[in-house]
Amino acid sequence: MIVAENIGMVYRQMLKEVVALKNVSLEVKKGEVFGLIGPDGAGKSSLFRILTTLLLPTAGRAFVGGHDVVDQFREVRNIVGYMPGKFSLYQDLSVEENLRFFARVFDTTVQANYGQIKDIYEQLAPFKNRRAGALSGGMKQKLGLCCALIHKPEVLFLDEPTTGVDPISRQEFWDVLKRLSGDGISVFVSTPYMDEARLCDRIGLIFKGEILAVDEPDKLVKRHDQKLVAFRGRNMYTLLQDIRQEAAVYSCFTFGDALHVTFHDREYVVDELVRRLEERGHEGVEWWPIEAGIEDYFMKLTNDRCDGKGD
Amino acid sequence: MEKVIEVERLAKKFGSFTAVDHISFEVYRGEIFGFLGANGAGKTTAMRMLCGLSKPSFGTGRVVGFDISRETEKIKSRIGYMSQKFSLYETLTVRENIRLYGGIYGMSRADIRKKMDLVLSDLGLSEERNTLVRLLPQGVKQRLAFSVATFHEPQIVFLDEPTGGVDPAVRRMFWELIYQAAANGITVFVTTHYMDEAEYCDRVSIMVDGRIEALDTPSALKQRYGVPGMQEVFYLLARKAQRKDG
Repeated sequence: MIVAENIGMVYRQMLKEVVALKNVSLEVKKGEVFGLIGPDGAGKSSLFRILTTLLLPTAGRAFVGGHDVVDQFREVRNIVGYMPGKFSLYQDLSVEENLRFFARVFDTTVQANYGQIKDIYEQLAPFKNRRAGALSGGMKQKLGLCCALIHKPEVLFLDEPTTGVDPISRQEFWDVLKRLSGDGISVFVSTPYMDEARLCDRIGLIFKGEILAVDEPDKLVKRHDQKLVAFRGRNMYTLLQDIRQEAAVYSCFTFGDALHVTFHDREYVVDELVRRLEERGHEGVEWWPIEAGIEDYFMKLTNDRCDGKGD
Repeated sequence: MEKVIEVERLAKKFGSFTAVDHISFEVYRGEIFGFLGANGAGKTTAMRMLCGLSKPSFGTGRVVGFDISRETEKIKSRIGYMSQKFSLYETLTVRENIRLYGGIYGMSRADIRKKMDLVLSDLGLSEERNTLVRLLPQGVKQRLAFSVATFHEPQIVFLDEPTGGVDPAVRRMFWELIYQAAANGITVFVTTHYMDEAEYCDRVSIMVDGRIEALDTPSALKQRYGVPGMQEVFYLLARKAQRKDG
């Protein structure tokens, strides 16, 4: 449904050239939920704007529903729904007016496609006369989705729909996306929350304009090939600092209530590290081997690239 | 332990709507206090009252020893504030940002100059002092924002979703700064939607429909609800919300 071939994007900013995207290639199948996972500034929004015909790439080609995003932008616009990262509905129109407006722009009516948005719109119905600008974050996001869906698009582009949204509303939002993909709509969605990656059929990790990896979430984490161990102790902060001092350790970061530690050598005997930590006065040090999560793998890939400096 | 925040039956009403519904709690010096809740639960309203930006409709509170209804200016000069949405002026240089904030908090020019060199060398930014903030890498920007928020050596720093949208390594390095500040006796009051970050706090409160539904250490909360992580604790409590998030 979506094909990107070696997409590149370079912005000119004063005298500097800023590379936003480098050789980005990917494919999204019909009915698939594809997650683009990466931090702010990775190039996610530029890719969204190119695929939705709002920005001309400086290199490469892309097709949505078989139509070229540059030469056939009109055809592309008819079959895509796009929800930008920044709330872009009309703040001074009511909930109902916004929806009616977007339906008319696409030459259809709210009634004709009501089935598509029914479950989401019912939650909004009590506020249908409220100005969109006066809605809460969660409600704005639901209205944005309704407006992006009202013309029955074949592909839905959602740029960070869950940023700044609490965990419960995020879960509800993902349930909706699952249902839409079940109806055959392809969903291209970006998020900075790594835990949401598990909810996608396939994901692409993007960092500094480059796609680092594309795969199913479960398969992707299996690529993590370093020894990975969780640690816990009395004083987590000093434990973290002391573990980082060790030459055998490649990286050490906090993950919830434990530390995740990777080693240069797959065969490293962890008891050795524990003994050294106890010599330094750490008490009650526990450790256990763990399977890598998406965040572990993402951090390994980016750590390899920027030498652990994280910027 | 010394209390830096203590509020009793604090409430805020907007017309007939009770945004914050008579909450009482205390925060101690050097503590990392996580202030969690779903969108619309009343976190921002509560935080604005604590910072002296909004008058309570009911109840009393003291922040760093001053009354939140009557001594708001004294509170404002003794706290630091940072949010992901806004913290630094992108079109000012590193030095200009620090000088601006130091001045706003009433520091003398001599004090600002003295502290500036210290902070810049701490951050490894001595060479970049005249660089525009928008040209700095994200991780550096974030560390600078935190240093600016704590530049006037406040007793407490309020962090409103400080890590939204940043990459995982930067997010963690930011938390290491928080640990450092807390170890130096600065109290950290932080909101976040990342539940793994809730685990890093000394104590956590969870707001539901304007009330504090639970307040304890992460491990005590997990034990009480018999679940493995803070994510599950949050789900259990926040799902009970009756308030329609409008």
